[in-house]
Amino acid sequence: MTTHILIRSLDRGATLFLIVVAAIAILVPVLTLALPQSSAFYLPTYLVALFGKYACYGLLALSIDLIWGYCGILSLGHGAFFALGGYAMGMYLMRQIGTRGVYADPILPDFMVFLNWKELPVFWYGFEYFPYALLMVVAVPGALAFVFGWFAFRSRVTGVYLSIITQALTFALMLGFFRNNFGFGGNNGLTDFKDILGFNVQAETTRVALFSITCVAIMLAFLLCRAIITSKFGKVLLAIRDAESRTRFLGYRVESYKVFIFTLSACIAGVAGALYVPQVGIINPSEFAPANSIEAVIWVAVGGRGTLTGAVIGAVLVNYAKTYFTSGFLAPYWLFMLGALFVLVTLLLPRGIVGTLRHWTALRRDRASAAAEDGVREPLPAE
Amino acid sequence: MLFSRACLVVFLLAFSFLLGGTTARAASLQEALTHFTADDFSETIAGINEVATSGDPRALTVIRALQDGQLLFSAEKKAVYVKDASGKLTDAATGQPVDGTAPSDVDVVRLNNRLRGAIDAAMGGLTLLAKSASIRYDAAQAVFKSRQAGVLPTLETALAKEQDASVKRAMLEARAAIILSSGKASDEDKLAAVDIIRQRADQDSLGLLSSLPPDTSAPVLTSAAAAIGAIKNRLVLWEAVQNAWYGISLGSVLLLAAIGLAITFGVMGVINMAHGEMVMIGAYVTFVVQEVIRNHNPALFDYSLAIAIPLSFFVAGCIGIVIERTIIRFLYGRPLETLLATWGLSLILQQAVRSAFGPNNRDVGNPSWMSGAFDLGGITITYNRLWIICFALAVFIALLALLRYTRFGLEMRAVTQNRPMAASMGIRTSRVDALTFGLGSGIAGMAGVALSQIDNVSPNLGQGYIIDSFMVVVFGGVGNLWGTLVGSFVLGIANKFLEPYAGAVLGKIAILVLIILFIQKRPRGMFALKGRAVEA
Repeated sequence: MTTHILIRSLDRGATLFLIVVAAIAILVPVLTLALPQSSAFYLPTYLVALFGKYACYGLLALSIDLIWGYCGILSLGHGAFFALGGYAMGMYLMRQIGTRGVYADPILPDFMVFLNWKELPVFWYGFEYFPYALLMVVAVPGALAFVFGWFAFRSRVTGVYLSIITQALTFALMLGFFRNNFGFGGNNGLTDFKDILGFNVQAETTRVALFSITCVAIMLAFLLCRAIITSKFGKVLLAIRDAESRTRFLGYRVESYKVFIFTLSACIAGVAGALYVPQVGIINPSEFAPANSIEAVIWVAVGGRGTLTGAVIGAVLVNYAKTYFTSGFLAPYWLFMLGALFVLVTLLLPRGIVGTLRHWTALRRDRASAAAEDGVREPLPAE
Repeated sequence: MLFSRACLVVFLLAFSFLLGGTTARAASLQEALTHFTADDFSETIAGINEVATSGDPRALTVIRALQDGQLLFSAEKKAVYVKDASGKLTDAATGQPVDGTAPSDVDVVRLNNRLRGAIDAAMGGLTLLAKSASIRYDAAQAVFKSRQAGVLPTLETALAKEQDASVKRAMLEARAAIILSSGKASDEDKLAAVDIIRQRADQDSLGLLSSLPPDTSAPVLTSAAAAIGAIKNRLVLWEAVQNAWYGISLGSVLLLAAIGLAITFGVMGVINMAHGEMVMIGAYVTFVVQEVIRNHNPALFDYSLAIAIPLSFFVAGCIGIVIERTIIRFLYGRPLETLLATWGLSLILQQAVRSAFGPNNRDVGNPSWMSGAFDLGGITITYNRLWIICFALAVFIALLALLRYTRFGLEMRAVTQNRPMAASMGIRTSRVDALTFGLGSGIAGMAGVALSQIDNVSPNLGQGYIIDSFMVVVFGGVGNLWGTLVGSFVLGIANKFLEPYAGAVLGKIAILVLIILFIQKRPRGMFALKGRAVEA
């Protein structure tokens, strides 16, 4: 059964993608840890952290592509799920600081001591246990997405209405998390982490390990998404994307499908956020900013919506470009470029990079097979 | 000859009269001031009284200086000086700066409590009996706050002479305040005073009634308690009115920002994420107009908004049409992609404005007719908010008329209701689209002019309003403009009523949750278009 699903979900492109990600997941630790610093192939730690960040964004893009590319749900608030996952992980990391904080309180994180709080709020209970934190990383975004999706999809909020409501959702969460009395560190968020599962978060080995874990997470999420979209369930999703009313009239409960896929996507986004926080070392309310969520959507559009691989590639490409351009003399022009990217990709490259490549190969294959058929029809020259 | 002599006589008479008048008056203040040089309390009292009755315009300055310990005298020179804020000496009688070095023996005119009472009375007399009604009013208010019993005789005199109704009211209140806090008056007077204070009904009167002196008799206390209850009720009522006013004000801003969005969305099914940037551009047009006026013709400053409104409509409208023609028309039928493309545009526009005008807030001034405020009952109404409400309603009515009575409006409504059918009837839908987009953007530009009067003009101006305007569109529906009107005012008022209880942020979150629950019942907003079309 499992092998069957596996075989079904892996076509040539998907296998290639998995192999490349796996190779990176193995190669990066080797290049960083095994090679001497003088070597030409040595990867400095800051690059590992940087690409670890991109990989998290890639996972977020994957989750967006799952709902946008395959179910037509454009969420402009996926950053909210990403940030919630990040906060869950951040809370675990905060509890790990213990007495090493500035105020050396064994239980309360620094910002609570600073705010003169006497005891830990109830919703912080349990976050000192890693498994519980992991559960929350998935459960909190999932629960929010489920409740939100339940209300939104049941009343048939679709299209731009849904996009705007999701954007308002993340905006409201941002406003909330900016407040000190919300109990999540307010403006400054959670930072100053010391260690994760006993390993120092700053250490080179931890960073490399986190990078590889992120790659593995991408592979697993990718496989999960592939398994879903190649199943019958996935076909219904495509039907919903292309003709929602017709699918409903055929007797499918559209809202159940949507709620399920939306919740799953939010869980993946939460995992991405949880992997992001220890690598970046901070989580604050600006992660909830609507602009971030929309930017994440453009990664998917650049890579190619409805391709999964494209989403990851797009996220890495756009973010690499962002790092490259915002650090140099071109910095004032980055927003022009990003804006132009939005406009040009939607106008000129609606399929995205991977989508366009696939389109071309499909065209070539068609032409080739057509030529082959022509060849058959024509009488072979006599020998 | 005779005539010229007569002229001369008249001239001389007039001159001597004038001269005599001024010298007499100066002498009188001068004489009064000499009392201060004796350094003796009873002499000083005589001085205070003579200065107060001298009728000289400088009398108030002298008394005030005396009160603040800024009145100095030199016994040797028999001269009195006023020390101003910067520490310079001026002659008390003439107000002229003292030449050269000050006399070596200058000393402050000393005071004791008896003198302070006399000063209060003199001050009250000088201000409460002043010619200008506004000075008298301010003086009465000051007495109400200070409740100095020494002013009471002067207050009674002023009250007897007072003609102006509002000043008289203030004086009565001041007298009531003195009566209530002095403890000497009879109970009947006090009860009457409580009644007067009860009618004043503001925070100050609440403070006065709840801090009556301990020896106040029981009937007065019960009456005061009843008055406190009544005033509190009244204040709660006024607070509600105030909230409603703020809500209407916010609603009018939302209406301006959302109405353009609603028509573009209604006609084209396109959410223009760059709408907020059109608002921002309108605000910057206002800034540029004001800069030009400041540099070239400052006299026109009061007309700057009248120039800016059509200009910003034109500029933003043109930008809108260009955007529609170059980008959006290629994306019809793909609303989600349009959303992304216009978001990209908004980034570009913001960054362009940031490069051109800098990232900081720019200073846009209020014309004189928009600054200031007036009191209406217990609330303060600022003119700029009032004008913006009028402007928003004017824009709304104009747009309604445009939709109902013009050919373009008819075509727009037709395209909104059924695009293919409208096209079959010969309406050039693509032209309608372009003009609608231009119209929507132009209205956003005008909204920017209004917002420049109450908000910071910065490249991020539009972003603050975009999500709220979307909420209005989602809530109100896109079927007709009434939805936008009702939606913006309901959201504005709900926001302002939630704010005092839940705080600004939680209020916003509550509104969002309410909207999400609301669209459970009405997924297409309050005023949805009714039709048989099933989308997609």
